[in-house]
Amino acid sequence: MGELMALLVTSVLVNNVILTQFLGMCPFMGVSKKKSSAIGMGVAVVFVIVVAALVTYALYYLVLVPLQLEFMDLITFILVIASLVQLTEMFIKKTSPALYKSLGVYLPLITTNCVVLNVCLVNISNSYNFAQMLVYSIGTPLGFALVLFIFSTIRERLEQSEVPNAFVGNPIALIVAAIMAMAFSCFTGIV
Amino acid sequence: MNRFENFKAGLIKDNPVFSLFLGICSTLAITTSVNNAIGMGVSVIIVLIMSNVIISCVRKITPDEIRIPVYIVIIATLVKIIQMLIQAYAPSLNTSLGVFIPLIVVNCIILGRAEAFASKNGVLDSALDGLGMGLGYTLAVLAMSFIRELISTGGIKVVNPFNEAQVWLNLHIIPEDFTVSIFGSSVGAFITFAVLAAAVGAYKQHVTAKEEAAAKEEK
Repeated sequence: MGELMALLVTSVLVNNVILTQFLGMCPFMGVSKKKSSAIGMGVAVVFVIVVAALVTYALYYLVLVPLQLEFMDLITFILVIASLVQLTEMFIKKTSPALYKSLGVYLPLITTNCVVLNVCLVNISNSYNFAQMLVYSIGTPLGFALVLFIFSTIRERLEQSEVPNAFVGNPIALIVAAIMAMAFSCFTGIV
Repeated sequence: MNRFENFKAGLIKDNPVFSLFLGICSTLAITTSVNNAIGMGVSVIIVLIMSNVIISCVRKITPDEIRIPVYIVIIATLVKIIQMLIQAYAPSLNTSLGVFIPLIVVNCIILGRAEAFASKNGVLDSALDGLGMGLGYTLAVLAMSFIRELISTGGIKVVNPFNEAQVWLNLHIIPEDFTVSIFGSSVGAFITFAVLAAAVGAYKQHVTAKEEAAAKEEK
């Protein structure tokens, strides 16, 4: 149990996907301008990753390994992810049209969110058992959602501040990300 | 001439990394050394040219509704081939790039170019566009990794990826007491990227201002 807790803290804080592994940068820069869309994106990503990890894990060990088709992993995983994202998109469109509008193009782009594919691949390459896989697949997107939310609150303030001309928009946001990465590097060694 | 302009745009003005902000995950992660950047750049160029060519070939027979899954399967297949080749012939590169080779599949540049260019243009144009965008990406990762490796380790070291014992270039410029190791970590990656992106942004503003001034004079 202690080991699983350690894995959870590591995947949420210490090895945060955005700030230490640089995954999922596109939505990180794209949907962090407003708090509400950051929350929506965070929830959608958590959902997609947990389901995608479960499905790909099962597919890999129940189908690909017995058939000795391990080299097909990438192609199988990306298809599973693409169809799951399509499903989520339809679900959000039905239940919350406002959220659907604010997420815009970034919703279908969860397919190309590297975090999703990364979690599925790491589950296999680190040969996690089922419990570890579950904890890792919940912790990683939680870390993503947490940083996305914090970043969006900072960015809302950033809109009103005066910034040198060349730095307006993304460059200044990257500087903020650098400072956040500095803060998060203090978590190293916690576990 | 038009083709050449298209090709040139990918290098600086529409640089996929610094001005379109595509594919930044791998740009930030693998630029700790020039060696990694070269390996990643070459892999991306190959995948991008081949995917653009294939997608351009099948663009007329692909139904519009399922084009994204079709593209992504083509790209995933190509990336898997590259990954297996790197594993077989350049194992040291495979260890240092790690999960970022399979993650080329979800590099937005490749799907972005497939959707925005290759699905609408001919084979030759698409190949050229792939080469231009790929070179733009390579240029960006090379610039980033040069700055980061120089500041964090004090020198540049390039080895033959197929044979680790063969060192092609080994420079030491900054004495070890003056290196800043934080540039090798994530903080340095964000700062270097921010400064370079601001520089490209400033250059673009300068160019548009000049064009506007020229247009006014003509009037």
